This record gives sequence, C-alpha cells and structure tokens, in this order.
Amino acid sequence: MTTMRQHLRSLLSGRAAVIGMPYLWLLVFFLLPFLIVARISVSEMQNVTFKDLIVFKDGLLQLTLKFSTYQFIGDDALYIDTYLRSLKYAAVTTLFCLAIGYPFAYFMARAKTTVQPALLMLVMLPFWTSFLLRVYAWKGLLSEGGWVEQLIVGSGLGQLLFQAGLTETAGRLMNTPFSLVLGMTYTYLPFMVLPLYANLAKMDLRLLEAATDLGASAWVAFWTITVPLSKAGIIAGSMLVFIPCVGEFVIPELLGGPSTLMIGRVMWDEFFSNNDWPMAASLAVVMVLLVIVPLAIFNKYQAEAQEGQK
Amino acid sequence: MSAPFLQVQDVVKDYGGNLAVDHVSLDINKGEIFALLGSSGCGKSTLLRMLAGLEKPTSGRILLDGRDLAGMPPYQRPMNMMFQSYALFPHLTVWDNIAFGPRREGLPKAEVGARVEAMLKLVQLEEYAKRKPHQLSGGQQQRVALARSLAKQPQLLLLDEPLGALDKKLREETQIELVNIIEQVGVTCVMVTHDQEEAMTMASRIAVMSEGRFLQVGAPAEIYEAPASRFVADFIGNVNLMDGRLDVDETDHCIIGSADCRHYVGHGITGTQGMRVTVALRPEKIHLSRSAPAESDFNAVEGTIKEMSYFGSFTVYQLKLDSGALFKVSQANTQRQRDDALTWGDRAWAHWSRSAHVVLTA
Repeated sequence: MTTMRQHLRSLLSGRAAVIGMPYLWLLVFFLLPFLIVARISVSEMQNVTFKDLIVFKDGLLQLTLKFSTYQFIGDDALYIDTYLRSLKYAAVTTLFCLAIGYPFAYFMARAKTTVQPALLMLVMLPFWTSFLLRVYAWKGLLSEGGWVEQLIVGSGLGQLLFQAGLTETAGRLMNTPFSLVLGMTYTYLPFMVLPLYANLAKMDLRLLEAATDLGASAWVAFWTITVPLSKAGIIAGSMLVFIPCVGEFVIPELLGGPSTLMIGRVMWDEFFSNNDWPMAASLAVVMVLLVIVPLAIFNKYQAEAQEGQK
Repeated sequence: MSAPFLQVQDVVKDYGGNLAVDHVSLDINKGEIFALLGSSGCGKSTLLRMLAGLEKPTSGRILLDGRDLAGMPPYQRPMNMMFQSYALFPHLTVWDNIAFGPRREGLPKAEVGARVEAMLKLVQLEEYAKRKPHQLSGGQQQRVALARSLAKQPQLLLLDEPLGALDKKLREETQIELVNIIEQVGVTCVMVTHDQEEAMTMASRIAVMSEGRFLQVGAPAEIYEAPASRFVADFIGNVNLMDGRLDVDETDHCIIGSADCRHYVGHGITGTQGMRVTVALRPEKIHLSRSAPAESDFNAVEGTIKEMSYFGSFTVYQLKLDSGALFKVSQANTQRQRDDALTWGDRAWAHWSRSAHVVLTA
C-alpha cells in the first residue's frame, strides 16, 4: 500500500511531469487527430455520417475497413501526379531556401556580436505582418503592371524564365511555377535561416584556423569543415521548409496556376467540393506517410551516424 | 655559421593602441625547441599566431630560412600549429584528421595513406584510426593533434600550450614523449606555455615574456641560475628577494647590506658604492639549522618557523625574520625520520654560501 502510494507520488513528481508533458502534447495534438483521420479514411459513408467500424450483430463481431479510397489513389494518375508535383515543388523550394538561407545565416553568425540581435530581428520582422497579407502583396507585385513584374519582364529575365520552363509565356509571371516557388521560398526562408544561424553561431572558429593552418584555403575550409559541421542545421532547416511546403494550400491557391496543382488543393476539393471525407482523409494519411516515413528513416540513420558527436 | 633558421625582426602587434607584442626580435636555429614563457596576456600567443600567419604583424619582419613570410597566407606557410585544446575536427575520424593536411597538398592517395600510417605509428595510435576525437582520452587527443600537425612535414612546428589540457601526472610523462617525437622528426619547434616546468623540461632555450616584450632569452639553467631581472627571478621558480645597498665592491667580492643580514658575495659586480640592489636567493641553496653557523656575520639569518609545506621529497619552511619578512628555505628530506626535526615555532638559522646569491640591479 505504501509502496503504491510512493509509486504514485513519484509519478506525479516534477521529473515525470516534465518528461511526460511533451509526450502528452504529441499524443493529444498529433497522434489522436491522426488516428481520427486514419479512421475516417477507412470508413463507409452513410448519408452525412460515418458507419461504425465495429458492429456487433446477430452474435457476429464485424470489423469493416473500406480500403477502396486507397486503391483509388493508386489507380488514378491524378493523385500520384499531384503527390509527385507537391514533392517536387517542396524540394525545389527547400533548395532555394537553402541556397539563399545558408549564406544569409552564415554572415549573420559571423557578424559582430553587437549587430547579431538586430539582424535576427530583421529575419523575424515579416512575422509581424499577417502571412496572408504578405502573399497577397506578392500577387500585386507579380501581376501585370506590378513593379517586380515590370522589372523582370523589362530586363529580359522573363524570357529566361520562360525558356527554363518556369513560366507559361514570356510575359506573364503570375500563376506559374515561378510565382509559386517564389512565394513559398519567400514565406519559408526564415524557417531555414533560424536553425542554420543557431548552428553556425555556436561553431568553434578555431577549427577553421586549424584547417587554414593545415593548408586549406577559406573556400576549401568552408566545404570541408563548416558545411559538414552544420549538417544538423541544414537538416533541421530543410525539414522545417520541406514538410509544410508539401501540404501547402494557401500559397499555391493565391500564387499558383492550373499547372501547379498541389495535393493540398486536391484534399480541399475532396473535403469541401466532393464532400468525400474518406477520400480526403486517405489522401492526408498517404501524404503523412510519404513525408514522415522517409524522414524518420533518414533521421534514424543520421542519429546513428552522429551518435555521440557533440 | 649560417643565418638563423627563423628570424623575428622588430615585430610589433598593435591592437588599437595596445601593444600586444612590443618590438620583439628573435633568432631561432634549426632543430631547436624554443619556448615562449609568460603569464596569460603577455603576448606569447599573439607572437605564435603571427608566426603561423593567423595574425598580421603591425610592423616588423618574420623570415624563415631567409625568406620573408609577409603576405604569405597561413595555408601556404611551411609550418603547422598544434592548437591549444587541439581543435581536432569532430566530424572526422582520427585517420581523416591526420590526412587533412596531406590531402590539401594534392598528394596521391597512396602517399597520403603512407604518411598517415607513419604518423599513427609515430604517436602509437594505430588501433584508434577509425575513432572519432570524442571517443579518445585527453592524452590520445593530444597525440592525434601532434600527428596532424606533423603530417605535412612542416619546417617549423608551433605548439600552443601543448600539454595545458592534461592532468599533472600525464603532463610530466607526455613532456618527455613529446620531446622525443620532435627530436625524432627533427623539426624546429616554437612552443608557447605558461608552465615554467614544461618550458624548462622541453625547451633548449626559453624567452620570458611580459607585457609584449622579452625580458630574458636563454637556456633554462641560465634563466634559473642567472636571472637578468627581479621579474624573471620572481617568475621562474621560488626565490627570496632582499633589497639592499652595495657597501663594498671589490673585484673578487662585494658586500651588500640588507635589513636582516649582510651579504658576502663571492664576485664583484659593476656598480657604484651605495647603489640600491636586490639579492635573490633560491630556497634550495639555503641550509637550515638549529644552531648558529660558524660564521654568522655574513650570509645568515635567524627566525621563527611560521609555515612548513611538506612535498614528500623536500619540505619548504617559511622563516619569519626579525624584520617581519618571510624567508623561504627548502630542505631535501634525505632521512625518513629525524628526532630533532624542526617544526612550527622553532627558532632556526638559515645560512648560505657566498656563491648562492644573484645580485640584481634591474
């Protein structure tokens, strides 16, 4: 009896609470909703409600799981193509964010310590304006007569973008892959910069001196020391950009066009136009698996490779 | 004799009006192990970093084998540095850490491999090639750092506090090992340290630095037995410093009067009668006894034992003299037990020979 009470008390003690809190959070706000979505995806519709999965009738316990939606996803090229397109645009956006964000974070981390807080503030400043407003602003800038559009088309860059297959015509920028990737890169850039900055700022600069001393030019030292040591930051930033980009709905809706249909839009249609909740839920489950499973494997591999490395 | 291998000529490093290195000149010969010794902030590390090319001298020249190094970036200099607390690359294995330098030279793969293997053998870490630095002990990391800095076969090896991160016992063992390796390779070496024992055991010559200047440059014994100034005498080892006045100055002896005793020094000094001088006496050159020595007019003081510090092989006594000054005497413990051993509160005489003094005029 006393041991039971002691056990209970230790469970309620601060240590257990602190450890338990994140698990509770993930359980309530991630796992539970995901299970609900998964349940919907295998349910049969009955007018506007779902049939029970488990029915006990005439002495029979029946478990009914309807997998036709998943079959449909596999059969219909629309879904597969859209998934692939979503992954592609998310990957391209991630690459752009990395290409712009890495030098950005690098110079921020190497700037004088007195100006670093100000630079950090500048990175986060856009968050003070509503995300929707900022995306709408791009609409204005990129549509015909907008000054970014005038600049790009006027300077002949528009022709270049067209030849690269990023726009449908040489003169129009809006509702093209170009405007979509631009909008997503712009929106998600801080999520790349911040983890990279945190990583690069704590790097031991003596390692670069050691590399220089051993015969590496600044450029070689950057690629052989700085980049490998910032791998954790690159991975964190890339995940923070890539994962939300795959399921992004608002930016493709506002800046994208008919050729940039992404999975977020398809889900929206299944939910609200077709009212086919099991179909929409299946799409969501597949997307989660598509993104999470490879990343989880990658992470596990990474953790093993870096095991113990400070 | 040919020109010195490394020449430092009137080098200055100015950090916004603050002279970290203040008009320093130095010649180092090939094959020497040279130590820059000083407390933190004395400019020794700045000088070392200027040799490596990691800092630029404000003025002055550095020549290696007669060649001016000015304008030569660190990655082209034929010298390598072993950094304080090693700066090993944490993401690379021991093997890759050592191979980093040779690879930068664009050597063929086989040649890089041969060099790394030779280095691993030299520092006896063959079995640890696949480990990452964090999987090694402090002593092993130190050896990897040494191997890495030798792998490019530098003409000059720079050591920044090479043993600073090791504990005392390991440090003493490693000092000898390090010197053996350096001599085996035959590389000229400049090391920076704040540890005088380390400097004295390892180096063939030492420069004592303070506030950006060299106070004295010489062999370890020279610096210890014939310090040039009060600062050096006080900085290196233990010493009793007694201020006095030059009373008699002959060619074969001089007599100096101080508060507690008169000193009979067995050599003349160049000075004028009545000038202020400081007498430096090393504690181990002083004898301690209960009774007054045969001749107590000179070179003897009487006092009360205030402190005793037992170090095993020797004991340091602190004698409180009648003037109130404390006087350190170190006695070797040559016998296990003595019934008449001196202890706290005892009156005792300290006396020394006429060759024990160093008379400092600076």
